[in-house]
Amino acid sequence: MANDDLYLLGVSMTKFGKHPDLDLIDLAAEASMAALRDAQVAVADLGVLAAGCLMQAGAGIGQQLQKQIGQTGIPVYNVANACATGATALRTVAMAIKAGECDLGLAVGVEKLSGAGLLGGGGRREASDTWTPQGRFGAVGPLDGRVGTESMPGVFAQVGMAYGHTYGGTSFELFARISEKNHAHSTLNPLAAYSKAMSLEQIMGDVMVAYPNTRPMCSANCDGAAAAVLVSGSRLARLDPDQRRRAVKISASVLTSDPWTESCQILPDVNTLTQRAAATAYEQAGWGPEDLDLVELHDCFATAELVHYDNLGLCERGGAVDFFESGAPFRDGRLPVNVSGGLESKGHPIAATGIANVYEVATHLRGEAGARQIEGARVGLAHVIGLGSACGVHILEAVAP
Amino acid sequence: MAQQVAYVDYLRLGDPPQLVAQACDACGARFFDRRNACAACSATSFHEVALERQGTVVSFTIVTFAAPGVAVPYVAAVVDLGGTSVRGIVVDVEPTPEAVHLGMAVELTTVVVGVDAAGTEAINYGFRPLGGN
Repeated sequence: MANDDLYLLGVSMTKFGKHPDLDLIDLAAEASMAALRDAQVAVADLGVLAAGCLMQAGAGIGQQLQKQIGQTGIPVYNVANACATGATALRTVAMAIKAGECDLGLAVGVEKLSGAGLLGGGGRREASDTWTPQGRFGAVGPLDGRVGTESMPGVFAQVGMAYGHTYGGTSFELFARISEKNHAHSTLNPLAAYSKAMSLEQIMGDVMVAYPNTRPMCSANCDGAAAAVLVSGSRLARLDPDQRRRAVKISASVLTSDPWTESCQILPDVNTLTQRAAATAYEQAGWGPEDLDLVELHDCFATAELVHYDNLGLCERGGAVDFFESGAPFRDGRLPVNVSGGLESKGHPIAATGIANVYEVATHLRGEAGARQIEGARVGLAHVIGLGSACGVHILEAVAP
Repeated sequence: MAQQVAYVDYLRLGDPPQLVAQACDACGARFFDRRNACAACSATSFHEVALERQGTVVSFTIVTFAAPGVAVPYVAAVVDLGGTSVRGIVVDVEPTPEAVHLGMAVELTTVVVGVDAAGTEAINYGFRPLGGN
């Protein structure tokens, strides 16, 4: 192991779901303590802490967490970066270690979203009894529902439908089958918010939110936290053999934002920045999509999963429908995608998601995924995207022979 | 005739009504709101351009569940107007997957949103299917 390499020493996630009796700090502390135990290190060993929480971005979650598990005076970075907040916390620790400021750090993401309902849209009400132009578009009323849609299910429905317009082959049933796959995968994941299989008929017959996304095709709002301990190669070389054996190499850690594209002001472009992040990650890692054994990607809606097969290069450009139809992304397929159940079934406590998907990949690379283990997994990719936009891609690699 | 106000400032009421954009003087990238510098090339001057009135639906969704106060169902679409993407509502169509389709030809139209206490009508834009769909 090279001294300037980066490793995941410990990782953990709480059960995703409803935690009415645990607050944000309880959840963050549970995940953090478990990650520290997994890494076999103590709070005193940490040189940096990055904490993500999107809905309480101004609350200083990192410092509150320290008061719960140990105040040592180390730098704390509270981060918020839409649905890429967890990946951003990981990147923050990775950058601190790469910069040589410390050699061991903790990243944590936490969110309480149970019962949050529809996200996005409805942001403005008529404020007076006369039409008054307001905002960047001089609008006299709310835009959501009057000038397109701002709801997340609607925006991501359009993302999937735009792919269908460009390449063809999409249908309500195709998107529903992607959701059926992820709900089936979740039955093997004890930490998933929902772990019941759903039939295609159940999915297509459920409440329509924004065509073609029905309710089970939308990410599940829930509570949860995930945490990861990162270490430099030089520090890892001095740790115990048992710690080294379970360490997972972080072969690539990439964050991108959306470059300008013609329609990005109209429909957020979740494609170009993902394509760029993936290309950079494959270059950093020295691995290509053909080398991957599993992928956890950001299926915030069934319509989103499809486009990211393509964006991450899991298929040739325009080939996402064929990739799905080939059976490749099923857990017994050539390249399993979202064997955790994905955001649609495992759940999507926003800031936790970018670390929870790293947890899933790492757990398979360690051979510790139990009933849902992808046998022989050596290399995996974790992807998240947040609107605005931000994309995080991490490629992980097993170290032990 | 009642006094009218455009629902958004990039809609120009007239005969016919028109959508306008701010185009970058250097690269031609178009924006519906103000920018200090072009997001595509960083040039700092812009000129107003009128958009075509007919175009194609390149993506859509039918929103049936929305935030409180937002009337549903409605068809939200991304419409390509001669190379410039615009978002808007598709009107004069049943909000069903059978009635709306990708590639549908549409044209700009206007709808009255309501009348305020001063008697002013707010006029929004939308897109209606062209014949032959």
